[in-house]
Amino acid sequence: MEGLLLIGTIIVKIIAIILVLLLSVAYITFLERKVMSYMQSRIGPNRIGPLGLLQPIADVIKLLNKEIIFPEASNRYLFIVAPIISLGTALAAWAVIPFDKTAVLANINAGVLFVLALSSLGVYGILIAGWASNSKYAMFGALRAAAQSISYEISMGFALVGVMMAAGSLNFQTIVQAQAGGILHWYWLPLFPLFMVYWISGVAETNRAPFDVAEGESELVAGFHVEYSGAMFALFFLAEYANMVLISALIAVMFLGGWLSPFQGVPYLESFFAFVPGFVWLLIKLSFFLFCYLWFRATFPRYRYDQIMRLGWKVLLPVTIVWIGAVAMAVHFNIGPWFA
Amino acid sequence: MTAIQILFYLFSTIAILSALMVVASTNPVRGVLSLVLTFFAMAGIWLLLHAEFLALILVLVYVGAVMTLFLFVVMMLRVNVASMREGFVRYLPFGIVLSLVIVGLIVVAIGPKQFGLTSMPIPPTKDINYNNLAELGMVLYTQYAYPFEIAAVLLLAAIVAAISLTHRKPHQRKIQNIGKQITVKRADRVRLIAMPSVKKMNVSDKPSGETS
Repeated sequence: MEGLLLIGTIIVKIIAIILVLLLSVAYITFLERKVMSYMQSRIGPNRIGPLGLLQPIADVIKLLNKEIIFPEASNRYLFIVAPIISLGTALAAWAVIPFDKTAVLANINAGVLFVLALSSLGVYGILIAGWASNSKYAMFGALRAAAQSISYEISMGFALVGVMMAAGSLNFQTIVQAQAGGILHWYWLPLFPLFMVYWISGVAETNRAPFDVAEGESELVAGFHVEYSGAMFALFFLAEYANMVLISALIAVMFLGGWLSPFQGVPYLESFFAFVPGFVWLLIKLSFFLFCYLWFRATFPRYRYDQIMRLGWKVLLPVTIVWIGAVAMAVHFNIGPWFA
Repeated sequence: MTAIQILFYLFSTIAILSALMVVASTNPVRGVLSLVLTFFAMAGIWLLLHAEFLALILVLVYVGAVMTLFLFVVMMLRVNVASMREGFVRYLPFGIVLSLVIVGLIVVAIGPKQFGLTSMPIPPTKDINYNNLAELGMVLYTQYAYPFEIAAVLLLAAIVAAISLTHRKPHQRKIQNIGKQITVKRADRVRLIAMPSVKKMNVSDKPSGETS
């Protein structure tokens, strides 16, 4: 009986997380169109509902009503599995993200590793989709995406090694607690190079502009999901945006103190903002990085493919290796206010 | 049966079936994906053994990196299935003998004599603060420090060998000078040529049939 109750509460928590996530993904697509259109002196969607707020719902209905087309020469089974893998890995990583002091679905000791393992699995969805479609454009898109995410995963993992060493743990709650003490104690300051590397690699890992050669419209039509239509395309779409939110949440948790209040240690403001629950702070930090995703897309031109590879291997990777050495020294000799 | 036993048999069945699929499937991409599934099932079994660090590293390194590169290469091959089936009967006796030898060796090596309940008692149940990662680190950096270092040096040697095999001499290399690419100015690439927009035409140049 108790076991059933436990399983029941876990399932309710999972449904709550997924519902909120899917709803926010729907409105991020709306926000993306609005933000980009204001940056480009347009108005953006404003027809459906007040201020165009029902636009994402209309989009969902449209996508679900479209016919799902299976290309004749495709590998039917893998063609169906690919979007499921993409979305599944994007959602499963949310299990270990801490939303508040106690609000986390699975507070496991190897949380960082779990996230790393799952984010490295996401590339299978892309690779399988590209191969199973049996189409040249999809294949090229998949190859590009795979090569890109393999390269950036290394610098991403190394950036996390720095965080692990500084916090002395792989547990997300411990990492957040280790940053307690106000803005200047968050890891963005002592680990600034790793913070930048993680941020850039995060954008590259999700195949977003300016690193979106995998779906470069001008040369590959839409990249790996060119043969997908209707609800199956919607799954890829969901996975991409869920990954964006996930990466933003991870940056916020590991470098900006997660659910910690930014006014910790400030005499008057700390008690004034004490009523604000932790997940609101996390949401604010996460939203900043999400906005940056949209900002980048509206601002930066696309990188050339060889430039992407060069940035990953020759710039970001050496930076992380050097800074890991620096952090190791700082932790070993208890240098500064952060590692004392 | 407890839930853990059910999970164990589920994972081990998946592992064995997918391992069979790896050798049985004619399509190499399916073979690689089956191998991925095998790794997954094994990671699940390791998780049941409280080895969550090793299980996640298995997924991260083998599934996330090694098998992705495998898939990457295999996807670009066009394998002729008919030529692969060729010689199946010819090599069959040899294959059977070889697999029997391997199975025999495995049975001898990890049979009940060495790994029976008498020589390998059931480990005591872990207390709630058991940290697999810390335990692993303790063993790896004390008891097995030298084998660990030797393995690391071997891997380093493999990296050096791989690089030296593909390394090209400076005169064979094609290198882009990124500094030059970035500092390029508009004047270096684009030249504006003053051209009069309307050319003065002679009467004889006029195309025929056109009257002004």
